[in-house]
Amino acid sequence: MSTATTHDEHHHGAPSGLMRWVKTTNHKDIGTLYLWFAFIMLLVGGAMAMVIRAELFQPGMQVVDPQFFNTMTTMHGLIMVFGAIMPAMVGFANWQIPMMIGAPDMALPRMNNWSFWILPFAGTMLVSTLFMEGGGPAFGWTFYAPLSTTFAPASTDFFIFAVHMLGFSSIMGAINIIATVLNMRAPGMTLMKMPLFVWTWFITAFLLIAVMPVLAGVVTMMLTDRNFGTSFFDAAGGGDPVLFQHVFWFFGHPEVYIMILPSFGIVSEIIPTFARKKLFGYSSMVYATASIAFLSFIVYAHHMFTTGMPVAGELYFMYATIMIAVPTAVKVFNWTATMWRGSMTFETPMLWAVGFVFLFTIGGFTGLMMGVAPTDMQYHDTYFIVAHFHYVLAAGALFAILGGVYYWIPKWTGNMYNERLGKIHFWWSAISINVLFFPQHFIGLAGMPRRIPDYSLQFADWNMISSLGGFAFGLAQIFFLFIVIKTIKGGEKASGQVWEGAEGLEWTVASPAPYHTFATAPEVK
Amino acid sequence: MSASNGGYYLPEPSHWPIVGSVGLFLLLGGFANFLHGGSWMVMAAGGAVLIYMLFGWFGTVISESQSGKYNAQVDMSFRWAMGWFIFSEVMFFAAFFGALFYARMWSVPWLGGASNNVMTSELLWPAFEAMWPTNGPGNVGGDYQYMGAWGIPAINTLILLTSGVTVTWAHWGLKKGDRTHLIMGLLATVALGFLFLGLQAYEYIHAYQELNLTLGSGIYGTTFYMLTGFHGLHVTLGATMLTIILLRSMKGHFTSDNHFAFEAVAWYWHFVDVVWLGLFVFVYWLV
Repeated sequence: MSTATTHDEHHHGAPSGLMRWVKTTNHKDIGTLYLWFAFIMLLVGGAMAMVIRAELFQPGMQVVDPQFFNTMTTMHGLIMVFGAIMPAMVGFANWQIPMMIGAPDMALPRMNNWSFWILPFAGTMLVSTLFMEGGGPAFGWTFYAPLSTTFAPASTDFFIFAVHMLGFSSIMGAINIIATVLNMRAPGMTLMKMPLFVWTWFITAFLLIAVMPVLAGVVTMMLTDRNFGTSFFDAAGGGDPVLFQHVFWFFGHPEVYIMILPSFGIVSEIIPTFARKKLFGYSSMVYATASIAFLSFIVYAHHMFTTGMPVAGELYFMYATIMIAVPTAVKVFNWTATMWRGSMTFETPMLWAVGFVFLFTIGGFTGLMMGVAPTDMQYHDTYFIVAHFHYVLAAGALFAILGGVYYWIPKWTGNMYNERLGKIHFWWSAISINVLFFPQHFIGLAGMPRRIPDYSLQFADWNMISSLGGFAFGLAQIFFLFIVIKTIKGGEKASGQVWEGAEGLEWTVASPAPYHTFATAPEVK
Repeated sequence: MSASNGGYYLPEPSHWPIVGSVGLFLLLGGFANFLHGGSWMVMAAGGAVLIYMLFGWFGTVISESQSGKYNAQVDMSFRWAMGWFIFSEVMFFAAFFGALFYARMWSVPWLGGASNNVMTSELLWPAFEAMWPTNGPGNVGGDYQYMGAWGIPAINTLILLTSGVTVTWAHWGLKKGDRTHLIMGLLATVALGFLFLGLQAYEYIHAYQELNLTLGSGIYGTTFYMLTGFHGLHVTLGATMLTIILLRSMKGHFTSDNHFAFEAVAWYWHFVDVVWLGLFVFVYWLV
């Protein structure tokens, strides 16, 4: 591998200050924008979660009224999914994919800018619904009809268009990633030599292109049902509210893999570095990722076991869903096998990665429990499902994101983060997130429904514990903000290699990575 | 910059994306506001900004292309991007075709008591007989007549299929370097495209005024207008793009071996054509 040119000259008339960020066509600038946007939305969505946990601290109504509570659960979900997790992943993709495959930039740099700069406008439109007459959307992040059509506030139409804008952004981002991976690889960087993070994002991009238009379709149906007299979700006109759930979950199930597959990629980068071994079963990791992506299209109705479906349908979706356990188990096995007899050290990124493997697996097991149709009847729409998807999305995707930030921030900023503070952040988060979500399995199995601001007395103790965990976990992320700012401002200088065991093109360039990397493509052997 | 990047053209910082975001925000936010009694002016302003952005952005791309900044690798990025963009459009239509199949195969028969829904039908709408087309047990939108396949829709099918041939014929002309041939082919394609749209508009007026078939005519009217309407929007977009290509051809743009913009629009046009075939079969013919 050749080393990259390191010149960092700015050309004539390159905008500075705010306009540099607004007009930038540089993948690193855009990656930074995505990551900061995601962080801000994480804190906004997190604040909403704090409202939820404050209300649920004790039985009875104390902090907010039920309508606002429902608005909080709705907006928390939407903001975390579309504002925090997805943009954070795209931020990683922007920073890392060109550097990992030896490309000078993303394939379509101007469109890359637009993909990002739609987001703040969409986010503004979404959050602005909170201040509208009738309040914000309060029908849950899944916005089932007819709650979101016949019975929804006027602000729902703004929500619909915010979703449209988020969709435009995601589709353009995904197209860019596919074009970059297919067309911008350095000579010798064959597909089966690509880092696993690139592979997982490549597959995720196909998922995005396939399902974001379907989401656009379903919100368009909502829009016309609400405003133009169509009957998609109205049985009187021959439509069916259940149709909404089918179209929504055709998007919604692949969507959960859109959030988790890049996490798999990040973890698959971190673990080999700190185990100082090559990733075990590279090609099986690629095929497992592709299998999960394929299966994600044909299992979606396991979200609808209690909705009313012919028994044959329930059986099919149950078996298909359980099948996902196979490629997922391949991944967990490979991560474990990579660590087996490795020369392991536990720097902060590795702690997050191991935490991810452990906690994500718990979320995977509870997912299996719910994939079984007859037992799902018991847990459906209880706190059990809340615990499940927070284990895979907060203890899963978010842990991978945090680990990824610690792993690559020396490359991005040129400074090492403070290892001691990073470890405190990990243990603080890892303990509090379990205090937060593990009890929710119990109260869910005991029958406490989700999205309800009050509960009966027997759930009081675990809810209080859960809330305490929640506040601690929230506070830990403010602490993370402090660590990030401290790292950007200074710290021990990082070498280009950063981590002893790290392999890949991004570690062959200086830290911080020059503004333009791989202007001349490196040779990959 | 192109030389220092191994030939791959990296654009300078650009203000077009942010202009586009502002336009999109005003257009969609203005539309939502308009639906709740606001003025239409914000929406119109957003549309104007968006059109301004499209002219500016594509204008920049065209001038970069004309000045030879794009090499074969850049061309390939455009090809992948356009191909997957069209795929995303396919999936958008798939959602609406899915709604049509769902209604025809499941929800309407179930409303009529099929499968294990006998009591639902008996208790809610005992008089409802499941058949297609239908405006549902509530007779939503009042009595109507459905749209047959063998009048205008069949003619429109011929028109679009012919336009698929003429655009290919134009491509032949471009490839052998015969500009008059190219322009004639494009003129014919654009004319057929707008003829299709004219006939479609006539059909809508006929449906509204004489058949009482409206967007509000239950699930049949819903799927009929949403599917044909979104298709019509895409034809409008495709015909507009073809017009731009025609104007560029007349200005002397494109060479026999470098004309991706033409091909991208031709791909798009064939996509619109294929969607129409699906519509003709499932919306018009099999009623």
